[in-house]
Amino acid sequence: MKYRFSMLLLGSMICAPLGVRAETAQDIQQLKQQLADIQKNYQAQIKRLESRIEELENQQRQEQPAPAPVAEQSRPNAFNPAIALTLNARYQSFRHDRGDDIPGFSTAGEAGNGSQGFSLGESELNFQSNIDDLLFGNLTLSLADEDGSTSAELEEAWIQTLAMPGDLTLKAGRFFSAIAYMNERHSHTDDFADRPLPYRAMLNGRYLDDGLQLRWLAPTDTFLEFGGELLRGAQYPAGGSAHQGLGSWSLFAHAGGDVGLSNSWLAGLSYLSVDARERESGDEDNPDLFSGNSDLVIADLVWKWAPMGNPYRHNAVLQGGLFWRDESGRFKPSAVDWLPYDGRQFGWYAQMAYQFRPNWRIGIRGSGLYADDNGSRFDGTSLDTLGHDPWDVSLMVDWSHSEFSRLRLQYTHDEAQSLSDDRFILQYIVSLGAHGAHQF
Amino acid sequence: MKKSSVLLFALLGFNASAHADLNVFACEPEWAALSRELGGDKLHVSVATTALQDPHHVQARPSLITRLRKADLLICTGADLEIGWLPVLLRRAGNARVQPGQPGYLEAASAVPLRERPARLDRAQGDVHPQGNPHIQTDPHNIARVARVLSRRLMQLDGENSAYYEQRSARFMKRWKEALANWDRQGAALKGMPVVVQHNGWTYLLHWLGLERIATLEPKPGVPPSSADLTRVLALLKQTPARAVIRAAYQDGRPSAWLSERAEIPELVLPFTVGGDDQSGDLFQLYDRTLELLLSAAGS
Repeated sequence: MKYRFSMLLLGSMICAPLGVRAETAQDIQQLKQQLADIQKNYQAQIKRLESRIEELENQQRQEQPAPAPVAEQSRPNAFNPAIALTLNARYQSFRHDRGDDIPGFSTAGEAGNGSQGFSLGESELNFQSNIDDLLFGNLTLSLADEDGSTSAELEEAWIQTLAMPGDLTLKAGRFFSAIAYMNERHSHTDDFADRPLPYRAMLNGRYLDDGLQLRWLAPTDTFLEFGGELLRGAQYPAGGSAHQGLGSWSLFAHAGGDVGLSNSWLAGLSYLSVDARERESGDEDNPDLFSGNSDLVIADLVWKWAPMGNPYRHNAVLQGGLFWRDESGRFKPSAVDWLPYDGRQFGWYAQMAYQFRPNWRIGIRGSGLYADDNGSRFDGTSLDTLGHDPWDVSLMVDWSHSEFSRLRLQYTHDEAQSLSDDRFILQYIVSLGAHGAHQF
Repeated sequence: MKKSSVLLFALLGFNASAHADLNVFACEPEWAALSRELGGDKLHVSVATTALQDPHHVQARPSLITRLRKADLLICTGADLEIGWLPVLLRRAGNARVQPGQPGYLEAASAVPLRERPARLDRAQGDVHPQGNPHIQTDPHNIARVARVLSRRLMQLDGENSAYYEQRSARFMKRWKEALANWDRQGAALKGMPVVVQHNGWTYLLHWLGLERIATLEPKPGVPPSSADLTRVLALLKQTPARAVIRAAYQDGRPSAWLSERAEIPELVLPFTVGGDDQSGDLFQLYDRTLELLLSAAGS
């Protein structure tokens, strides 16, 4: 290439003087001399340029081994957050429709079984992105249909530090409390179509609130994390935002690790203490009220098995939890006066989901509750246990064509009330948009 | 009391490891192996996955969070290969040194021009990677590209030992160049060999050796082949025969075994990365072994 270029240059040098008529030999001699001079001059210059090019090329090769082409130019929306949409809907069929009561427990709005027939679940819209090099932000809007009108609920809106010194992570805003394994996770990542009884009866499905969370990751080889939360206390099992909006706090510890290449586990122990002020539960129009302290201790364990750490073909997830709750204060059942109340409750669940072939899973779950008998004063109220300990057992099978879609059939034999029920749930869950990363 | 707490600390492994100068967290075994080549005993290398794991689908296990917490340098393939798990680890570990944009965060794919950048981004096309095919380690020429970037990064992060890294890097590059010449020479015999692949994880290998891909068993990236897909490939092979069906050590063996039996062509389980089989203990052995297996199929 370079040689062709220099030949061309020389050629044009030669051609140009040819057009001039050389009249004398002296002239010819002179022109030849000039040409030789130019030739020499150009050759030196070409040589210099060539070596310069070579030098630059070497330099470039060293600096940028192979520059990846940058296709995207600056666009105003280039910094948009990652947007993910989760859609789900279900068809439910109950043998008897016995309502949502769980005797012995005064439950809040999200604890029920939903309605029979077709219904749309919560459609979630999630935005998340790094805010800058120190902060990460997340917002989840939940759209649900309630009695014909669409309501938008601000489910999560939080920021979190990415690079705080001392292995600390601070989260602020509205978030799911880290007090229990499932509580921290969105329900669409669950292995079953509904949450087990203790979650429904004691945490209203999940406990979320406004506040601060601080976590510390211990400098150990075993995963060990400690944390605490200071929260507003506006949501069940709290309520009424006691103490000028500091009505709830929690402490939690998580430990986890691997056993060989195929097993890993995560255990948690948590304590939640809330001061409730006229916490509403039960019937929405004519609610039960509770004022007092509610303390909850939760111990849970998740065990995941994937042969050689490869969950693609076979994997299993075992999970279980124990819940102890102590509530003391005053309770006002609907249409009755305030009563002194001190009661303890206990809940448990255990479940397993097993992927027996790519894309297919089956699962089994049992859960149960126990509540103190509060005496005859509470007869006929939601805290009346009717001498019955609630329990249920569920079977599920689901199929995921890809990571982004899931179709699930679940059967539940429900003994939550003194009369049993059988429920079938057919459900789809899909996610669109940004590929969210999965928590353990 | 004191004794028991010491015991507890020892049990939990409080900084028990001997002090290396830099802690490296490698997402895949090939980058762990490369780090060891370039950093020697100045590095403490921890690898998140094994060759028998599908790097697309790894769980963000608690043990990985603790390992990332300690890391001074993270080296991963990038190009969205780890998108399903690495972002969670980065957020949970809260380690400022290895956040994207920091010198401690290195995506190997940034050193390599990526192939198969999809013209159309649509999940209906399967598990596509918007930036291009991320399985760059199947071509040893790419290892050299990443090595240049990685050694410079080591020198930047651990300036005290930069002479050491420079020397190791020079030695590695010299050995690698010789090995490349050798592999290129051996591989010349494979040019044009028709093959079937199970997953399109071999793009860079096919391109390096000039192998001809007759078919891919997965109908779309990441979607397991159904019996209809396999039958279709079998019918195709009747008209256009292939010499072998290739899969990675971590992949489900049944589809390629099925095809191998019916099409009467050998099934080649290539190591895919360091540690993929007993003969692939380091980066040099990885390509020696890959070529050995391919040449055995070509000769048969």
